[in-house]
Amino acid sequence: MNKRLSLFTRCLILFLLVWLFLRFFIGGVWSVPLPASVIAMYVVLILLAILVHVSVEDDRFREFLRPIKETLIDDDKKIRRIALGTLIPLVLLGFTFSKVSTKADPPAALRTAHPAPPAELKYGDKVIGLTQEVENPFRHLEKDDKEAFKAHAENGRRVYYQNCFYCHGDDLDGEGHFAHGLNPLPANFQDPGIIPNFQESFFFWRISKGGPGLPPAATPWDSAMPVWEDHLTEEEIWDVIIFLSEYTGYKPRTFGEADH
Amino acid sequence: MRCISADSKNRLYFYLGLLVIYAVLAIAPAFAQQDATDVDYRPFPKIGSRSAAWIAAQLHLLFGSFILGVPMFAVVIEFVGMRTKDKRYDKMAQEFIKLCMGAFSTTALLGGVLVFVLIWCYPQVMNRLTGIFGPTMIFYVILFFGETFTLYLYSYGWDRMQGAVSKMWHLFLGVLLNVFGTAIMFVSNAWLTYQTSPAIMGPDHKPIALHDEETGEFIGTLWQAVNNYTWMPVNIHRLIGNIAFGGAIVGAYSAFRFLVAKTKEDRAHYDWMGYTGNFIALCGLIPLPFAGYWLGREIYMFNNTMGINMMGSLFSWLFIIQAVMIGVLFIGANYYLWSGMTRIKGGEIYARYRPYMIAIIVLCVAIWMTPRTLIMSPKEMAAMGGTNHPLVGFFGLMTAKNTAVNIIILATFLSFLFYRRSGKAPTVGWRKIGNISIAAVLGLAVAAIIAIGLAGFKVESDFRVNVLTPVQVLIALAVMIAVTVTDLVMYRKAMRSNDINWGQMTDRSQYVLILLAITFTSLMGLMGYARSGLRENWHIFGVMPDTSPDAFTPLLGDAVNVIAVIMVIFFALVGFIFWIGLWGDKKKAERATVTAEVGVGDD
Ligand code: HEC
Repeated sequence: MNKRLSLFTRCLILFLLVWLFLRFFIGGVWSVPLPASVIAMYVVLILLAILVHVSVEDDRFREFLRPIKETLIDDDKKIRRIALGTLIPLVLLGFTFSKVSTKADPPAALRTAHPAPPAELKYGDKVIGLTQEVENPFRHLEKDDKEAFKAHAENGRRVYYQNCFYCHGDDLDGEGHFAHGLNPLPANFQDPGIIPNFQESFFFWRISKGGPGLPPAATPWDSAMPVWEDHLTEEEIWDVIIFLSEYTGYKPRTFGEADH
Repeated sequence: MRCISADSKNRLYFYLGLLVIYAVLAIAPAFAQQDATDVDYRPFPKIGSRSAAWIAAQLHLLFGSFILGVPMFAVVIEFVGMRTKDKRYDKMAQEFIKLCMGAFSTTALLGGVLVFVLIWCYPQVMNRLTGIFGPTMIFYVILFFGETFTLYLYSYGWDRMQGAVSKMWHLFLGVLLNVFGTAIMFVSNAWLTYQTSPAIMGPDHKPIALHDEETGEFIGTLWQAVNNYTWMPVNIHRLIGNIAFGGAIVGAYSAFRFLVAKTKEDRAHYDWMGYTGNFIALCGLIPLPFAGYWLGREIYMFNNTMGINMMGSLFSWLFIIQAVMIGVLFIGANYYLWSGMTRIKGGEIYARYRPYMIAIIVLCVAIWMTPRTLIMSPKEMAAMGGTNHPLVGFFGLMTAKNTAVNIIILATFLSFLFYRRSGKAPTVGWRKIGNISIAAVLGLAVAAIIAIGLAGFKVESDFRVNVLTPVQVLIALAVMIAVTVTDLVMYRKAMRSNDINWGQMTDRSQYVLILLAITFTSLMGLMGYARSGLRENWHIFGVMPDTSPDAFTPLLGDAVNVIAVIMVIFFALVGFIFWIGLWGDKKKAERATVTAEVGVGDD
């Protein structure tokens, strides 16, 4: 079996298998589809890996190139030449067509999911302090007064289920019943990349200022996240942040504490 | 007719370059003084002030990095040559320093250009900086004198100072040269790190500002301005980076010489030199991510917004490009090592591991490169049911990336181990146990690194950043050290089946060396944009705003264009210097044949 298939063919099969795996196995059987940009990146990598493998040694490289050379030169490979000579331009044509043809859906966008907060943390026009330094005023209760802390978390739960779960979901996983009408999608707080990576002041800023408060870097500013400072008190916002971390079990980032 | 030899021509350029830079340094303060009174900015014609300063600074930095990096390993190689009494090392070190000489005057010239551009376009900024850093600038000039003359003595004294005692002096000169070079870099780093982080670290890591909050007046001491938040991290990061960059450029030079070589001896020599260059670049590359990690942490502590801007927001896509580049570097370096095994008889036996190693490295590079925020159309997002893919989404998190990069480093280390072992067979009685335990230790280390990485998804990020990530790094480092020591002992009295056939390398591997140099250069260009762009619209962050029309932060796409232009200029200049070097060698070779013929005639 191995004897009959040339090195080139084997590499081609491996390449196609990886592509099929990424495109259809991951995308259909195992999980949800990958975006085209990710598939492209992985496919380029596997191509690179194959080229590395076949080109390190001269002998193997020659063996790899042999079918290509034969196809281009040998007299008895005329049919193959003609077939490839028509097929390759056709594939390129199809590719170009799919790129330039008008499509109904908007193009892929680079989105900054977590823009940097402003230096000053504000509630309305009131300056609370530097974003970098402000801490959740009720966080210390976690150690000092467990009962009071629980009350704040409970209040946060009330705030959440009165205001947020429509979008962010009743399990905080971003699967609220409005979610799929929105783009960008509401944040999924169960994702380990969100709560643990930012300080509580960051979430205070995001919740109080919402989508309209996004900074210039966060194009295209089309978030549906409401401006909650118009509806919630400062305390309610801090409480809902406590609830988010209590419910999911993720602790927001702090700085320096673990150093001691 | 007497023609000027290449050596004296070099010397001529060298002096001319020096003259210009001294003239600039002498006049510069006068310019700055004059401008103190009136204009804030003067536009640079056509390309604008920002681009002019950017191009001059980045080119100066690339050359500077090269001439600071090369002497560091040249001295070590010279020392090795002295200890092993192997003339080849001495010759190679000398050749490195010759390249350095060629680049030295260009560095100085570019520095002069940069100073002129800055004083012309940004008089007030320069005025302010000179106000604070004035004394260090005088110190800089003195150091520069020191650097110039030691380099001069070190290079031109090479052939003369070969006696037992004078060789020691020569080595001492080399060390002195590095002391001067490092000091120069530390001094100039103070200026630009101050611009980024004008604060010092107080108790419990809280930044203490060096400026009056109301007036913006400088209220610190000179030493505080120098020893600001990011000074030391940048110093260390650049020091290591210079070694890696110097090694990579020297590797590219050797590859170029290998490809144009006419004789077998030349091919062998430059193959060996290219191997050395690549080895040095790898030695620098491996600790570099850790230094970068420290710098990043320090930036977060100085200013959280700046940190988020860097990693999560404004510059996050830049770091994806950086990840791609680093992936290319590691794959390229491994490729070169594997190619190198083909020139050693007995290296074939390790070839069977190669497909697995490629698979591991490519898998890890894939994780390492996967961005946190994927590029996708709304339709794709809807199909995915969220912004994060349930499988691939995890790859975007730091804990996955750190795990991947540690494994890549270990795999590269293993490639190197195979390379070292090629063509040798250990004779010690415990070789079997030795091999099994090395394999076991490496396997366990990888398992531990993966386990820690998985734990990283669960724990608080403070714990992850301060404990888990450093432990991963320590495991990788400890294993590399332990295995190296075991391996050294095991192979001390090894049987050598055959020596290395230097020169028997594929041309492809040489192009890979050149690719590595290009990748290093573009990485430095990109990171330069990030380091400087982090200030956003400030000359001195939070203190002195940039009110010129160039104050905006350029888009990544525009920045990459400028960096591309810089790279083209850089490689054109470097290529010219390499070419001149080739020229000198040709003259020498001709002269040698002529004298040989004359000698024959005289007989
Ligand atoms: C109309 C739907 C909607 C409602 C109601 C809503 N959000 Fe959001 N929220 C979003 C969307 C969409 C995003 C993602 C886009 C963005 O980052 O602005 C988001 C983002 C966030 C983020 C930023 C997460 C991150 O990754 O940075 C936080 C925090 C947040 N919401 C908290 C809340 C809280 C707390 C409430 C209730 C008080 C709430 N949201 C109510 C739609 C909503």
